[in-house]
Amino acid sequence: MELVTPSIGLVFWTSIAFICLLILLRKFAWKPILGAIHEREQSIDEALNKAELAKQEMARLTSQNQDLMQQARAERDEILKEAKTLKDGILNEAKKQAQVEGAKLIEKAKIEIENQKKAALAEVKDQVSSLSLEIAERVLRTQLDDKAKQETLVANLLKDVELN
Amino acid sequence: MDCNQVFVSKVKRLIVVFTLLIAFLSIKIDTFAQVDSAVVPIDSVVAGSAEAVSGEHGAAKHGEEKFEPTKVIMEHIADSHMWHLWGHTSLPLPVILYTANGLEVFSSGHFHHGEHDYNGKYNNYRLEEDHIKVVGADGKIDEEASKSVLDFSITKNVAAMFVAIFVILVIFISVAASYRKRVGKAPKGLQSFVEPIIVFVRDDIAKPNIGHKYAKFMPYLLTTFFFILFNNLFGLIPIFPGGANVTGNIALTFVMALGTLIIVNINGNKYYWKHIFKPDVPFWLYPIMIPVELIGIISKPFALMVRLFANITAGHIIVLSLISLIFIFETLAIAPVSVAFVLFMDVLELLVAFLQAFIFTLLTALFIGMAVEEHH
Repeated sequence: MELVTPSIGLVFWTSIAFICLLILLRKFAWKPILGAIHEREQSIDEALNKAELAKQEMARLTSQNQDLMQQARAERDEILKEAKTLKDGILNEAKKQAQVEGAKLIEKAKIEIENQKKAALAEVKDQVSSLSLEIAERVLRTQLDDKAKQETLVANLLKDVELN
Repeated sequence: MDCNQVFVSKVKRLIVVFTLLIAFLSIKIDTFAQVDSAVVPIDSVVAGSAEAVSGEHGAAKHGEEKFEPTKVIMEHIADSHMWHLWGHTSLPLPVILYTANGLEVFSSGHFHHGEHDYNGKYNNYRLEEDHIKVVGADGKIDEEASKSVLDFSITKNVAAMFVAIFVILVIFISVAASYRKRVGKAPKGLQSFVEPIIVFVRDDIAKPNIGHKYAKFMPYLLTTFFFILFNNLFGLIPIFPGGANVTGNIALTFVMALGTLIIVNINGNKYYWKHIFKPDVPFWLYPIMIPVELIGIISKPFALMVRLFANITAGHIIVLSLISLIFIFETLAIAPVSVAFVLFMDVLELLVAFLQAFIFTLLTALFIGMAVEEHH
């Protein structure tokens, strides 16, 4: 029975000691410890949240960059295509112009040649006429007596003229 | 769904804990029963042989006391006015007596282990079986006068409790200081030893049982947990400054349970009181229900008190019984067996030290939770 009978002295001292312990620990231990643990947990939570946000931001930026890259690439392709068509156009134009110019030049040359030919022919005609006159004079002068000779001479002269 | 899950896991956990407890208690009872039955015949054998040899070897046996395990064990379990250190050396502790005439303070060393009386200011005192009694004029104990003298001595249990409190204060105040010094950093040293336990008490004891109002009760729960834990652990140390059966003393568990009773009933809200005085039953059941509920108020902390007391005391008794085996058999050959069993028991007691601190705190939190619960 003695074992299960609380003794007044121990009850008294335990009450006092426990209450003192409770007050002291609450003021000097539990408050700062629990506060610090709570604060740290919050800061860890915050840090994790921030990391998550940063990750999302990163992902967003990466996708944005990719978009920009694609856009730039497409633009470049467009520009290149335009340039090519432009070049082709210019080349074709130039070719056409050159052809036209060439044709014009040839035409001019032909006309010139024709003119030159005509002039030459006129000159030949003149010379022929003057030569014929000369021949006729000589024939008339030298071979007036001999008719056959006259004729051969005329034929020979004409042959010469034709060769010229 | 989520609430249901929490409840199921709690029930599961409780079942595991109680199975452990029951298993543990049954082991204890078995062992104790065996020891008890072993004690009786061997005691008589020893007595018989002692009688037989006393004629021939009387001289050799002279001066040896007969070993009484029950008395020795009960002496170790009970409180004392001296703190036994080693051999015949004991630390005298202050005796504080409250008499009708006034306070009386002297050292228990004056009793010389109960061999001498002490002549105090108001009365003569004698130490009998570790109780201080008043000696009458005729040289005999005056029981009537003894009853009127209240013993507020710093006994072994009180001193051991002070040691434990001192250690708790040193540890936790230094930990608190390192929290202040290392704001926002990872815990280090003692901090990392203590923090998981504090977080465990907060997240697994207080939060699920009390709910969002848990913060107010954290200091009480933490103090209770560590006070019981440290006293349990100090009780397991066989030598000074341990060796006292502090948490296995009904007075201490009584105070702890009283604390829970007060905290629970002070914080009980209107739903709690309505549940007691106006339960949801037909009115003609009130004469039965109200007394049952009122008994419930007392019986809950009463169970706390007895549980802690019985568990720790039983553990101490088993360890002492096993050690006593050596002296009962009067042979060293049994020592390895005893020591092996004691080692096993000590490890088990280590578990029990944590378990009982946990259960006391858990049930306190549960009762507080029931008292502050809001009904919708």
